[in-house]
Amino acid sequence: MAVYVCPECGYRYDEAAGDDREGFAPGTPFAQIPDTWTCPDCGVVDRPDFAPADG
Amino acid sequence: MATTHASEEAHDHHHADHATVELNEPGWTDGKRYAWLLGLVVPVLPFLAWGLVEWTGIGVFWWLGPMVIFGLFPILDQIIGQDAENPPDRVMAWLEQDRYYRWCTYAYIPLQYGSFVLACWLWGSGDLGVVASIGLAVTVGCVSGIAINTAHELGHKRGKGERWLSRVALAQSGYGHFFIEHNRGHHVRVATPEDPASSRMGESFWAFWPRTVHGSLISAWELEATRLRRVGRRVLSHRNDVLTAWLMTVVLFAAAAIAFGPEILPYVLIQMVFGFSLLEVVNYLEHYGLLRDRRDDGRYVRTAPGHSWNSNNVVSNVFLYHLQRHSDHHAHPLRRFQALRHFDEAPQLPTGYAGMIVLAVLPPVWRRVMDHRVVEHYGGDVTRANILPRKREKVLRRHGRTTSAPSGAGD
Repeated sequence: MAVYVCPECGYRYDEAAGDDREGFAPGTPFAQIPDTWTCPDCGVVDRPDFAPADG
Repeated sequence: MATTHASEEAHDHHHADHATVELNEPGWTDGKRYAWLLGLVVPVLPFLAWGLVEWTGIGVFWWLGPMVIFGLFPILDQIIGQDAENPPDRVMAWLEQDRYYRWCTYAYIPLQYGSFVLACWLWGSGDLGVVASIGLAVTVGCVSGIAINTAHELGHKRGKGERWLSRVALAQSGYGHFFIEHNRGHHVRVATPEDPASSRMGESFWAFWPRTVHGSLISAWELEATRLRRVGRRVLSHRNDVLTAWLMTVVLFAAAAIAFGPEILPYVLIQMVFGFSLLEVVNYLEHYGLLRDRRDDGRYVRTAPGHSWNSNNVVSNVFLYHLQRHSDHHAHPLRRFQALRHFDEAPQLPTGYAGMIVLAVLPPVWRRVMDHRVVEHYGGDVTRANILPRKREKVLRRHGRTTSAPSGAGD
């Protein structure tokens, strides 16, 4: 399970943990999240522009 | 490489928030450090108004709020002028973690509600006539409107405490849905025709007002409903952040009516509408006519300095916590106000936001001052602006274009 990071504000999406507030259950792959979803913290970066962590 | 570097940087930025890094005060002093305390003059304006009326016996001082915001501040902006100084990069992390600046914003809220209670007591006392009561409502509306600016600063942060304070500050203007719509709606769609809170060239403030008030409310509701459906919960529930934020307003107004009598409610509503309208007039001028280009894949380009109107006028900047350094705010929404920077390439307004809101309510004056600035920003090509569709042909003709076709010939 990978972790993806918002290049603007550092918000981390961990596939293993999901994001309960955003409605993504633990284990939800990042690829399954809609392209139109934007970083919940800064709103600047769309999902396709997130970067894999430690990648 | 570039990506890794960017994310490391962002990561540091994130951690700076928790002050986990040892940071020594660098050899740089913040010229505005103590000026931020002046922001607390606004929430005490109703107290000053009351004091001035008591002292002089002149009833016009109930209108002190608009006299200061629309009269004194624009004049002071012209006299005191501008400040384009940016903190050097090396002090940014230190500047952001300094908690003093946060307390300058937190302190607004108790003063805001102190003056709200004072006003409710004065309205309920029956000593004020209708005109004086309306004057006081407008003065209190200035406080609740600028409280939305305080809420804006707090609502962009990651911490639960600051987000909660943001909603508290919004309760008085009934604009609790703002902290959802602004962060997740406006910031994503800024400077596009899809954004209700980005005004279009050719659109007067009076045409913008219903579109943004209605559109922002619908947008907030839809954003929250989408999120709740994804979580698999009912939209009408205590988990709906829009509903709970509005509930704060209902409780506040009901408590005020019980404590001071239902006859205060018309004035409570006047201050509410005036307050959120003050926010909307600021929204009107922040992105007027500006438009993000589309990329080849149909998505809009990322928000850049060219997509917000800025100003370095000191007085408005101090009273609005650097809101006028708006391009940096849209590029880095979590950045704290004291660390926001001026960009040379960002479009600049001719004066501070305080003066510009006075122009905004006078559409012919606004068009005269702003339309040519939008055209100049786009190098003379008005077709690149965000134009009100029903005025498009008129705007193009006025600026030397006969069709909507992309440029080539022209001015």
